[in-house]
Amino acid sequence: MRLGLILGEVGSGLRRNVSMVISVVLVTFISLTFVGAAILLQMQVGQMKGYWYDRAQVAIFMCTDVDTTGNCTQTAATKEQIDQVEADLNSPALKPYIEKYDYETHEQAYENFQVQFADSPIAAFVTPDVLNESFRVNLVNPDDADILIESLSGAAGVQDVSDQRGLLDGIFSVLNAASATAIGIAVLMLVAAVLLIATTIRLSAFSRRRELGIMRLVGASNRFIQTPFILEGVFAALIGSILAGAGIVAIVQFFVQGTLVNTLGTTTTLVGLSDALVVVPVLVVVGAALAAASASVAISRYLKV
Amino acid sequence: MIRFDSVSKAYPGTTRPALNNVSLEILKGEFVFLVGASGSGKSSFLRLILREESPSKGAIHVLGQHLNSLSSRKVPYFRRNLGVVFQDFRLLPNKNVFDNVAFTLQVIGKSRGFIQEAVPDALKMVGLAGKSNRYPHELSGGEQQRVAIARAVVNKPAILLADEPTGNLDPATSAGIMTLLERINLGGTTVLMATHDAGIVDQMKRRVIELISGQIVRDERQGGYQTQAIPVQEFGSYAGEVAP
Repeated sequence: MRLGLILGEVGSGLRRNVSMVISVVLVTFISLTFVGAAILLQMQVGQMKGYWYDRAQVAIFMCTDVDTTGNCTQTAATKEQIDQVEADLNSPALKPYIEKYDYETHEQAYENFQVQFADSPIAAFVTPDVLNESFRVNLVNPDDADILIESLSGAAGVQDVSDQRGLLDGIFSVLNAASATAIGIAVLMLVAAVLLIATTIRLSAFSRRRELGIMRLVGASNRFIQTPFILEGVFAALIGSILAGAGIVAIVQFFVQGTLVNTLGTTTTLVGLSDALVVVPVLVVVGAALAAASASVAISRYLKV
Repeated sequence: MIRFDSVSKAYPGTTRPALNNVSLEILKGEFVFLVGASGSGKSSFLRLILREESPSKGAIHVLGQHLNSLSSRKVPYFRRNLGVVFQDFRLLPNKNVFDNVAFTLQVIGKSRGFIQEAVPDALKMVGLAGKSNRYPHELSGGEQQRVAIARAVVNKPAILLADEPTGNLDPATSAGIMTLLERINLGGTTVLMATHDAGIVDQMKRRVIELISGQIVRDERQGGYQTQAIPVQEFGSYAGEVAP
């Protein structure tokens, strides 16, 4: 009886305020889509970090006959200098940070170069001896790269110590900026959505003020009076957040897994449908919670006895 | 039943209190008229009993509840023991007579079975048994007020508050309403009625409480509407006083 009555009130409230309800639906839809996009971008950054940091190495480049940068004076690193660097890598000071390391000779560097630049005319001009020999070091924790850079940059015969993660930072900063922008827009839109829900509920309460007055007069409990209004706001926001969830799934399915995968190929991992399905319940809960909170604040003015 | 102990009520921003040091007691089963000019504090008095307002000073007890310390969460449950009738009926225009009366029971969570029994009883009691499918705009003023009374008493309240229930009605219709209120009173319900209608008060010969500027100036058993504070002045005596 009571549940039916409350749902009836919700239905009549929604019908009476159709245009406001539609605008609430649209605003929550758009704002939560931005929230979802921001979450997905962060997931993408996390996945790329996981993927690339495992593969990223610290490279210690040894001098060649033509280098003048670093500690080089146009003489190739001697056998002693190379052994010294290797001894340093095995020393107790550095060993705990290092998972494994490989040594890349001129010939290996040349082969890799030929593969990498096979289509480029530059491949024809390069000879093995102008390519640096290098130690390729995998660290236990990629964040410790600075330790290696500091301790080996000054060593004799070392041209440069570089952390390959630095190359990825540019990509990550672009993704982070996009994610921050999405969050910024989402916050603005959410503020608009919350205010719009509050206004809608006030309008709805105003159009039913006779009923509200009588309800208060005859002793309807506050919970009974406010529940239909809160449900009204939650219902509108739920439709919006479900649309946003569908939008996020569609973006991942058709844009990321469709277009982006075709363009980027297998060069990196991308967020997939399972990530999108994690985001959807978050959006629904956020939408419903915000609507319930703003509706109950909006209606509280009508409950003062 | 209702007890006021030195109750004062001042609204914010006014210097003159709406009620000033009012003390009285109304017993179970009494029929009390509350008379006084507009602005004398009658409505404030009723609002205080309903706990729509809290007193600035003094204590109010209604139905064994100390209203000053009643938490706002409990106010709705307290009000279920009171029935209220207004001058402007306050019916819901989009609900028919039956639904208007049933609404009050629905919103306090009564069962469908209870509503199906209680509403026809209440409508029969006020003499509208055959009009339960009518809408308020299809009824006369007197009939609308009867619907409002049915709504007020359908939950069998211990106290019925009536704020000028005959204010919009002609004398014959008013008499019908008064008969109805009297019958409700005979059933054991305490009735407290604010009114300007001298004829009704004089005819009923019930307890009369008169307010002037927020103070009780008269509390009379079987009183009339005529006041002692402002004696009705004859033209001749008035002229005689001015020019002795």
